[in-house]
Amino acid sequence: MQVSSVTASSTHGVDQASTFMSPRNILILVAIAASLAYFAQGYVLFQATMVLAYAIALVGLNLLTGYNGQISLGHGAFFATGAYSLAILMNWDVPYWLAIPIAGAISMVAGYAFGRPALKLQGLYLALATFTLSVVLPQLLKYKLFQPWTGGVGGIVLIKPDAPFGIPLSSDQYCYLFTLLITVLMFLIARNLIDSGTGRAIRAIRDHQMAATSMGINHQHYKSMTFGVSAAFAGVGGALSALAVQFVSPDSFTMFLSISLLVGVVVGGIGTLWGAIFGAVFIMFVPELAEKLSKDSAWAVYGVILILLVFAMPKGVMGLINRLRVSTLVRN
Amino acid sequence: MTRLLEVRNLHASYGATEVLHGIDLDVEEGQVVTLLGANGAGKTTTLRALCHFQVKNSGSITFKGERIEGKSTEQIAAMGIGHVPDGRGTFQAMSVEENLRLGCHARKDKNAVATDLERMYDYFPRLKERRSQQAGTLSGGEQQMLAIARALMGKPSLLLLDEPSFGLAPLVVKDIFTIMRRIREEQKVSILLVEQNARIALQLADTAYLLETGRIVKHGPSEAMRNDDAVRRAYLGE
Amino acid sequence: METLIQQVTVGLASGGIYACLALALVMIYQATHHVNFAQGEMAMFSTFVAWALIQAGLDYWPAFFITVVGSFIASAAIEFAIIRPLHKAPELSVVAVFIGLLVIFHSVAGWIFGTEIREFPSPFPKDAWFGGSLMSPHQVGTIFVAMCIVAGLFAFFQHTTLGLTMRAAAQNPGSSRLLGISVGRMLMLGWGLAGAIGAVAGMMVAPFVFLDPGMMTGVLIYAFAGALIGGIDNPVGAIVGGFLVGVLENLLGTYVVGTDLKLTAALVLIVSVLIVRPAGLLGRRTVQRV
Repeated sequence: MQVSSVTASSTHGVDQASTFMSPRNILILVAIAASLAYFAQGYVLFQATMVLAYAIALVGLNLLTGYNGQISLGHGAFFATGAYSLAILMNWDVPYWLAIPIAGAISMVAGYAFGRPALKLQGLYLALATFTLSVVLPQLLKYKLFQPWTGGVGGIVLIKPDAPFGIPLSSDQYCYLFTLLITVLMFLIARNLIDSGTGRAIRAIRDHQMAATSMGINHQHYKSMTFGVSAAFAGVGGALSALAVQFVSPDSFTMFLSISLLVGVVVGGIGTLWGAIFGAVFIMFVPELAEKLSKDSAWAVYGVILILLVFAMPKGVMGLINRLRVSTLVRN
Repeated sequence: MTRLLEVRNLHASYGATEVLHGIDLDVEEGQVVTLLGANGAGKTTTLRALCHFQVKNSGSITFKGERIEGKSTEQIAAMGIGHVPDGRGTFQAMSVEENLRLGCHARKDKNAVATDLERMYDYFPRLKERRSQQAGTLSGGEQQMLAIARALMGKPSLLLLDEPSFGLAPLVVKDIFTIMRRIREEQKVSILLVEQNARIALQLADTAYLLETGRIVKHGPSEAMRNDDAVRRAYLGE
Repeated sequence: METLIQQVTVGLASGGIYACLALALVMIYQATHHVNFAQGEMAMFSTFVAWALIQAGLDYWPAFFITVVGSFIASAAIEFAIIRPLHKAPELSVVAVFIGLLVIFHSVAGWIFGTEIREFPSPFPKDAWFGGSLMSPHQVGTIFVAMCIVAGLFAFFQHTTLGLTMRAAAQNPGSSRLLGISVGRMLMLGWGLAGAIGAVAGMMVAPFVFLDPGMMTGVLIYAFAGALIGGIDNPVGAIVGGFLVGVLENLLGTYVVGTDLKLTAALVLIVSVLIVRPAGLLGRRTVQRV
């Protein structure tokens, strides 16, 4: 059964996304999530929308880091690329439903354009290179030359779209449900990618690049492509977040965002698909929680919670869940 | 003669997989004992279990009258067991002399280090030639000599040797075993030798144990083992 | 021409600090294959402790000494209590822990000491003989201190038994244990040393940039970049890289892009170099055996 795949890869959690839930359970989950639009209001709905947007970005980052073994401390930059692309496009009167995939495509190109020259960099060197991205982008966004497009330090204001076809939903509710739809779509794309031959190639490169190459896998192509796809996911997440916030500015996309995304991947579970949800919840709510616990040293509390979580679940939430599943399976 | 090492019902496992299923072994002072067996029989595991190194062990291991199976690897080394691991384990980026000096870490008296260094160079002249050279640039045979010399610098009472002939040309192996014979006569060190090359091991050893899939199936004086039909067929190719 | 020389020498002064911190990073990396991303914040915290001691009435050098020793002990304790238990955890999880430590130190410093910018004294008097038109005494002193640390560490690692043992534990923990070396103790020592060096770096930089919780964030980035461009597995590379980055940063800031963009420009330049030489200028291109 699936036990062998669960125990096989010890460092990377469950590689196959399909083992976690049956299609029926997933449908139930989505239905529950959708009903949130009815029960929750205003700020909570906004937070839920942001969680979904982050989750998409985390799926992207995990694709690169967990499944392909390339680290990125700069995914905030691709998140920002998506957000700003959306904002600029909508400023040019492109409808949101068209702007979002375009924003994703632009981010994909950006990711590929970065991934290709960075091919020879590994580990820490790649970490520095990607970190550079996250430092450079806010500067670029503030740069005077680009101001006509980016709005400079002031940023760009957006307006949430109304529900189409006169459906009786508030723009908040519509935005949430639309984001949910995109999230489901992106998860499906990711799952199909991971389970496909491409996905196997990507994982083979992570596990042993030299062996993969000797089997005929063009690691240069796959690694840069993974960067591109991963950036596309981050870009879509960023675009959706921009829609929810209705505002983009350089200061929303500092290196801190990139670090948060990495933390989210670790907390959720490296190399897992569903971990993205848990990671996104962590990114969204733990800083607020920390502030409630201690006004002055909120970040210290955040750090302590993070460290405790890593101690309790070194392989993330999904790692813990999988351990529990294995022990129940073994008992049966 | 007091028994130097007494092993009773030793089990060893890597994680959940048990590899040794209860073996008994004795090494007397001044003896050379060899542990023979095919690949995967558990020979390396036995040596590791004695040092509590990277394996879980259970059973009883008595060294110089003391039970050591619960002790840490470092403690066991300090008690006088020198382990030359499979793969040699030399510090590749350090010089030959630095490697040898590191061997002194576990020993009680640090006074005679210089004399002992000279003695090692006497046993292994090729090491003396290369004393300032990086260990990683040495040939396989030289690295094996270095690993043995390093272990001897610790003045151990018991030397554990894991497949010293591995990957080496026959002439080099002969060279090393000649030196081992000399060391055995001049130093007061007992040797537990793990080897796939049964022929050369039986030439050096006093007693032999035959290990098959984690169990001792035969043991006795080397002479008897050499003349044993089963051993000859399986391991001596006769 | 004179200003160019001046800028280079000023760059060397900050480079000395980056070199020290880069050395600390490389030391821990060599021993554990982890980069201590919290090294900067730990150094900042140490500097605050020194400041508090001086405020409480101690002279500079006693406060310096106590801080260095205290940082040594605290860092060793962190290795033992927090890092070592995670030695089997996935690498990225350990990175998350370092981020956690970074954030904790940063926040607690602000909480205990407040976030106002403070002055930190320099042990080198303003009218010292070794100051000049090119450099202030503190800048000269900083370079001198950096060189002393480098020389001291070199002597320690190359010519003492303990240094040899620590190198062995870092290079090959398995073989070390078989020789009776306590690898855990060596790790603690390594961390302790790194923490002590960080504290010195912090106390050297504080008189330049004034003391506040954000003091070391930029320094860490430069130190990290310096260590990488030198080759992360190479202590000499760390030092060379650190000085290089210091000079580069200063020249870029003065002549090319101005202070706002100099971090960006420096990083872009460094990454470009890395793309050409992926293992750093002095790094070993490890040949991967199958």
